[in-house]
Amino acid sequence: MARKLLLEKIGIEGIRYYDAYRKSGGYASVEKVLKTMSPDDVTNEVKKSGLRGRGGAGFPTGMKWGFLAKPQGVPRYLICNADESEPGTFKDRYLMEHIPHLLIEGLIVSSYAVGSNCTYIYIRGEFGWIVDILEQAIAEAKNNGWLGKNILGSGFDCEIYVHPGAGAYICGEETALLESLEGKRGNPRIKPPFPALKGLYDCPTVVNNVETLSAVVPIINYGSEEYAKIGIGKSAGTKLISACGNISKPGVYEIEMNISVEEFIYSDEYCGGIANGRRLKACVPGGSSVPILPANLLLKTAKGETRMMTYESLSDGGFITGSMLGSGGFIVYDEDQCIVRNTYSFSRFYRHESCGQCSPCREGTGWMKKILWNIETGKGKIKDIDLLFSIQSKIEGNTICPFGDAASWPVAAAIRHFRDEFEWHVTNAEEAQRRNYGLAGYAEPLKVAAS
Amino acid sequence: MAEEKKLVKVTIDNLTVEVEPGTTILEAARQIGGDIVPPTMCYYSTLKGSGGKCRTCLVKVAQGSAADPRPMPKLVASCRTAVMDGMVVENITNPAVLETRKAVTEFLLINHPLDCPVCDQAGECDLQDLSYGHGVDTSRLEFKKRTFELENLGPYIQLHMTRCIMCYRCVYVADQLTEQRLHGVLDRGDECRISTYISKAIDNDFSGNMIDVCPVGALTDRTFRFKNRVWFTKPMDAHRECSKCSGNVRLWMRGEEVFRVTGRKDQWNEVHDFICNECRFEKKKVSDWVIEGPTKVHRHSVISANKYQNLKTPKEFLPEVMGGRDPKMLMNIHKVSGVNDPEIDLSKIPGPATSKIFDKEES
Amino acid sequence: MVMNKFSEQRLKEIDNVISRFPDGKQKSALLPVLHMAQEDFGGWLSVETMDYVASLLNILPIEVYEVATFYSMYNLKPVGKYVFEVCQTGPCMTRGSESIIQYIEEKLGIKAGETTSDGLFTLKTVECLAACGYAPMMQMGKSYKEHLTKEKVDSIIEECRNHAAKNN
Repeated sequence: MARKLLLEKIGIEGIRYYDAYRKSGGYASVEKVLKTMSPDDVTNEVKKSGLRGRGGAGFPTGMKWGFLAKPQGVPRYLICNADESEPGTFKDRYLMEHIPHLLIEGLIVSSYAVGSNCTYIYIRGEFGWIVDILEQAIAEAKNNGWLGKNILGSGFDCEIYVHPGAGAYICGEETALLESLEGKRGNPRIKPPFPALKGLYDCPTVVNNVETLSAVVPIINYGSEEYAKIGIGKSAGTKLISACGNISKPGVYEIEMNISVEEFIYSDEYCGGIANGRRLKACVPGGSSVPILPANLLLKTAKGETRMMTYESLSDGGFITGSMLGSGGFIVYDEDQCIVRNTYSFSRFYRHESCGQCSPCREGTGWMKKILWNIETGKGKIKDIDLLFSIQSKIEGNTICPFGDAASWPVAAAIRHFRDEFEWHVTNAEEAQRRNYGLAGYAEPLKVAAS
Repeated sequence: MAEEKKLVKVTIDNLTVEVEPGTTILEAARQIGGDIVPPTMCYYSTLKGSGGKCRTCLVKVAQGSAADPRPMPKLVASCRTAVMDGMVVENITNPAVLETRKAVTEFLLINHPLDCPVCDQAGECDLQDLSYGHGVDTSRLEFKKRTFELENLGPYIQLHMTRCIMCYRCVYVADQLTEQRLHGVLDRGDECRISTYISKAIDNDFSGNMIDVCPVGALTDRTFRFKNRVWFTKPMDAHRECSKCSGNVRLWMRGEEVFRVTGRKDQWNEVHDFICNECRFEKKKVSDWVIEGPTKVHRHSVISANKYQNLKTPKEFLPEVMGGRDPKMLMNIHKVSGVNDPEIDLSKIPGPATSKIFDKEES
Repeated sequence: MVMNKFSEQRLKEIDNVISRFPDGKQKSALLPVLHMAQEDFGGWLSVETMDYVASLLNILPIEVYEVATFYSMYNLKPVGKYVFEVCQTGPCMTRGSESIIQYIEEKLGIKAGETTSDGLFTLKTVECLAACGYAPMMQMGKSYKEHLTKEKVDSIIEECRNHAAKNN
């Protein structure tokens, strides 16, 4: 069994509530930090652990905290990004629902490190019942002296508030989240200035993902060295993977970042193989935004090395033959799935979620969706496939926020790896309405596309 | 402590300029002037917070600064990126920048109705200029364009949302010039629209400036609607005593008739001195105004086409080239053709002239 | 039409939400207050409701309209007593969300986006709700209904009908 750090106590009866959580050693990290460490010590500890942002971008967390401006007399804010909306991702929800005190504990420690006396959890509005769970956990923590004024006599004050969004994927982008928290439309801000300098109410702000902030607890408890030992190289520690799609056991798994993709999919400890005895066709390993990979490139890199569940290995080969670990939203497709239809579904999602602020994304996402619908429903032309590729290449990199890239990459990768399936939809339009393309040529290792 | 600000040096398309710290790449480019100035659709120097949205002014930063010469990984919005000392910027010298600008132009046009023949903005439209410079002559869009119903924002302003490119400028005008903003951006993604949501009339002293800042024909002056083409009217700078604004305006006239009144736009098509609605909509007589004289038209648009003021007659350079001698014809055309033979008096030909008249063999 | 007003209890809750933010930043409370308004005033946000919220938070009505039209959870038209919001994004699609949507449409005799004539049910298709491992699924009010099958849909509809009958 792999080592669990976040889900270590998940099996304990009543762990959702304070008593069981505290009895099993909860809030020890707060005691340790407030009694024996300075805020900079905590930041250094997180830096040394090698923890990287678990929301998708994978930016080193300690470094992010280090960038925070600290002008005298200006409040600083820590915001927990719980706007989990990336298709394929449902890990933060699992943590908040089942072990909410872990997040609260991580938030207190992190608030201390960055000097935030007022910390907000921005949670997607659809998670209405989780808002209640978190508020209850916060109340329990406060009643037991872990929140409020002068916590444990340390002189550190901290309040945590839960703030629901109202249905907008874009609010997972940190500056859109800040706008939303200020009661505005979730339009991402134009950077610079970055939140570390001017964030919430123009004050220095750090925004971190739920899993990232929760991981601070074991880092403090076990020490950064211990944490950094887990995993491979710059992929330190454990990562929650939310596995879904056509696998035998969909769910949330905590992995040490040192196992192979093949093991993750086929071992009984994790996904338990492809459901119903079907064969693996493709996989989106890090949430809908990251490039889809056909089976052969998923299990082995283009160089023929075993593909591992790490930031580096999953992105080996760049966007030509690799993908990304992203948010850990692991979507598996069996041989019965239609790549064109799936790509259409994603493009519909991105059209629906574009904030509409900048022109390439506002106009491009809708255009791509319409073209994909035509191809999917047998009205497409071969030149539409090239047009699609051209449109996505013109959105990518030219927008205010990374949403434009997120909308482009799935389309680019689907065409790059599954072009014959797109063409089959066009040239066999009538047949494509009746049956799926299946595995076709993908069962055999594909030739690696030239860069 | 008054300390002299140190100027920073920035190079844009191989031209170097020294500007105040904090200046944007775009403003630095405007100080240089000419073709290297990136086009803008949403940025408006006199509206705080504007810019960054349309993506037409994207440029390449080939060198971040003298201290950190690394290039910036992505193209940046020149209107919102401050220059650093030693920064090197590529605009029209970088093919990727021009390619991206072409793409942005395409995105802005796919849902634009291209109804220029019936649009009051034609002739002074930033999107027309942009597509003339960076567009292609065919569209790759094979779908119905997005359309919206016309909305009257009160007696003076017509909202033609179908033409809108979501620059947000009119929202900034309402926020920054008027007491209560009544309209805004509603919905999201490609359904985004400018609206009051409740079909409310926008009526306050400065709402008319929304028309001036609109880069396209989405917001037009109802008192001028379909009255005339902008290139047939002559702009004249004029002023009047006004208790609400400076009263410094531009009259668009044909003969003695004032067709419309606007703010004075500078060479970047931006108004610095916003005017009130009374001056704009209610003072349409010449006698209301003190006319200062014809406007010097900077822009390369069709507005400058019929303007004869400040016109310089082309210099006769041939005598100079010939060293003072009279120019001589290099070839006498009458030796080759009989047409317009000076020996034939055209006025004496009865009826229309035909080629037979010039037929030398018959004459 | 009777003007909607929050109860004293609700107004206290709203004050509590406003107190979480620095002075003068009461606009931050807009999203939570709109949720409360939608819950209390018939499941949707009328212009009157939005103007009322604007006055409570001392902001312009247009600021409320802008926000209410941006976020997908706010209904700007009346909806049924029970709103089924079925996820249709990729991962749910691979697990059969399309046939669930179709089944609900047949069962209720409405298309996605419509409300039954008795005003009980509204069916909406929505994008990813972060429950991909428990697909197909839908949101109903504050809760998620996961691992949907035709039988499960039947029993949910039945439950709603019983609940409505009891509460009328």
